[in-house]
Amino acid sequence: MWLQQVTNGVILGATIGLGAIGLTLTYSILRFANFTHGEFIAWGAYFALGLLALAAPWAPDAGPGHFGPLTVGWPFVAAAPLAVALTAGLALGLDRVLFRPLARRGAGLTLAIASFGASLALRNALVFLYGPQPDYFTREIPIARAVLPGVRVTADQVFLLAVTLVLVAALHLVLTRTGLGRAMRATSENPALAEVAGIDPSRVARWTWIIGAGLAAVGGLLVGLTVQIRPLMGAELLLPLFAAAILGGIGSVPGALLGGLIVGLAEALAVPLVGAEYRAAVAFLILLVVLLVRPRGLLGPRGDAG
Amino acid sequence: MTDQESGPTGPAGRGRGDARDRPASDRGTQGVGLVVRHLVAGYEPGLPIVRGVSLSVAPGEIVALLGPNGAGKSTLVKAVAGLVPAAGQVRLGDREIIGAPAHRMVHMGLAYVPQTENVFTRMTVEENLEVAGAILPSKIRQARMDGACELFPELTMHRRLLAGRLSGGQRQMLAVARALVGEPRVLVLDEPSAGLAPLLVEVVLARLREIRDRGVAVLVVEQNVRAALAVADRAYVLVEGRERLSGRAATLATDPEVARLYLGGIGAGDSPRPQ
Repeated sequence: MWLQQVTNGVILGATIGLGAIGLTLTYSILRFANFTHGEFIAWGAYFALGLLALAAPWAPDAGPGHFGPLTVGWPFVAAAPLAVALTAGLALGLDRVLFRPLARRGAGLTLAIASFGASLALRNALVFLYGPQPDYFTREIPIARAVLPGVRVTADQVFLLAVTLVLVAALHLVLTRTGLGRAMRATSENPALAEVAGIDPSRVARWTWIIGAGLAAVGGLLVGLTVQIRPLMGAELLLPLFAAAILGGIGSVPGALLGGLIVGLAEALAVPLVGAEYRAAVAFLILLVVLLVRPRGLLGPRGDAG
Repeated sequence: MTDQESGPTGPAGRGRGDARDRPASDRGTQGVGLVVRHLVAGYEPGLPIVRGVSLSVAPGEIVALLGPNGAGKSTLVKAVAGLVPAAGQVRLGDREIIGAPAHRMVHMGLAYVPQTENVFTRMTVEENLEVAGAILPSKIRQARMDGACELFPELTMHRRLLAGRLSGGQRQMLAVARALVGEPRVLVLDEPSAGLAPLLVEVVLARLREIRDRGVAVLVVEQNVRAALAVADRAYVLVEGRERLSGRAATLATDPEVARLYLGGIGAGDSPRPQ
């Protein structure tokens, strides 16, 4: 029973982590709390849903056959990168028409509030377009298999964990081994010095949006695959995302993943103790405790000798 | 050689000042120098901190920018580096660079070393150099990074260390090395000796001579007048956003006006101490 809850927590934590990584990057590099990040998760899932509907005449019901024990096949795999690209495009568009003009004029608080407004608009657009009822990528019933005594997981959930691990490892390599990654880290630590060193801040901002929104979209696809797709799916994840990013330490990619796992585990373990209705309070509680006890988070930079 | 110019100097009066600088500037022939004319700069419109300064730095020359606190020295070099809005002329050789974004400057051959927070503390020494090397073709990058380090053997043994763990002197050296990776033709430094022990001040300033001897035009803001005049070829003294004195470093070192400015005894006829 406990082991099953731990497993559920790890799976939930992985998706929170994916979202929190994007949030921590935009927070530390673009320097504002982006409340639309949750909507990138939902829009990523709905973009894929829309693309699958468009392709339906040629590939009914997510395609004939699926990959082994997974509930989806080629159509989903083809739609996924397109949905990620569309979500990144959505983020770049928002930056162009909303965030960049506001940033030129002033304060981070204005940006945060503007992003809050934009998130409401994006969320309601989904309700308008798709309705409030849950949707699914496929009508296939996933079969949970016992991997340990008392622990059952579906193939889709294993797929989710694998994708998360691969993406986090890839991002880590990008940040530590490539010029773009070093430019992003440099801008995150000291934007003025980064500019003096020849780094184009608008190029860094562009890639930060692409990576951040792209990872959020993948998170949305994976939640859609393993849970369900709803217009509120992003909004409900927003608080856990912030809790995870701040717990891990703003700007730290491994921290965001670790924070996601801790928040996910805490939520999953709280369910049998306090009931599902108080589950959302867990992330809020974690957030409060971190802000009071260790504001720089678990792996957050110490400023000087971090 | 000491040319005193107190009071407001309009744009028209500056041409003569430039001609005066020529003799020292003629030394370098193939490099590219820095020429600043009638520069006005400040953070807010209508509140200039630099109020019409003209100066030049020839290739293979160290020019010190001196002046009391608040004279506008840092604002001037930040404006040259593209970090502060400015009007007037800033030329790199034949190229007008005023108004260009800060990140383009290093591509055009001008490198700037800020006074504080001038290294990426959460990156290793090597990564700091790699950030600067990103503007170079990958073939020559490593050689340039090694070349920039050669000047500072203290860094070579710490290349895998986080820059945040370096001592103050080592950080200053890394900041200069970082600026040298792109092999700039003009190097602008804002108080490289700030916060360093006297012995280290000499070490860092002495390295500027080696950089100069590679044909680089070096403009250095200094609070430490004695040390600066010892290393520089020429110097300008800024007071209240305007150029008060300029000339050969050796001449200025014995100038009573310089002593007076730095001993705090600004004469009765002069404006009060700048804020």
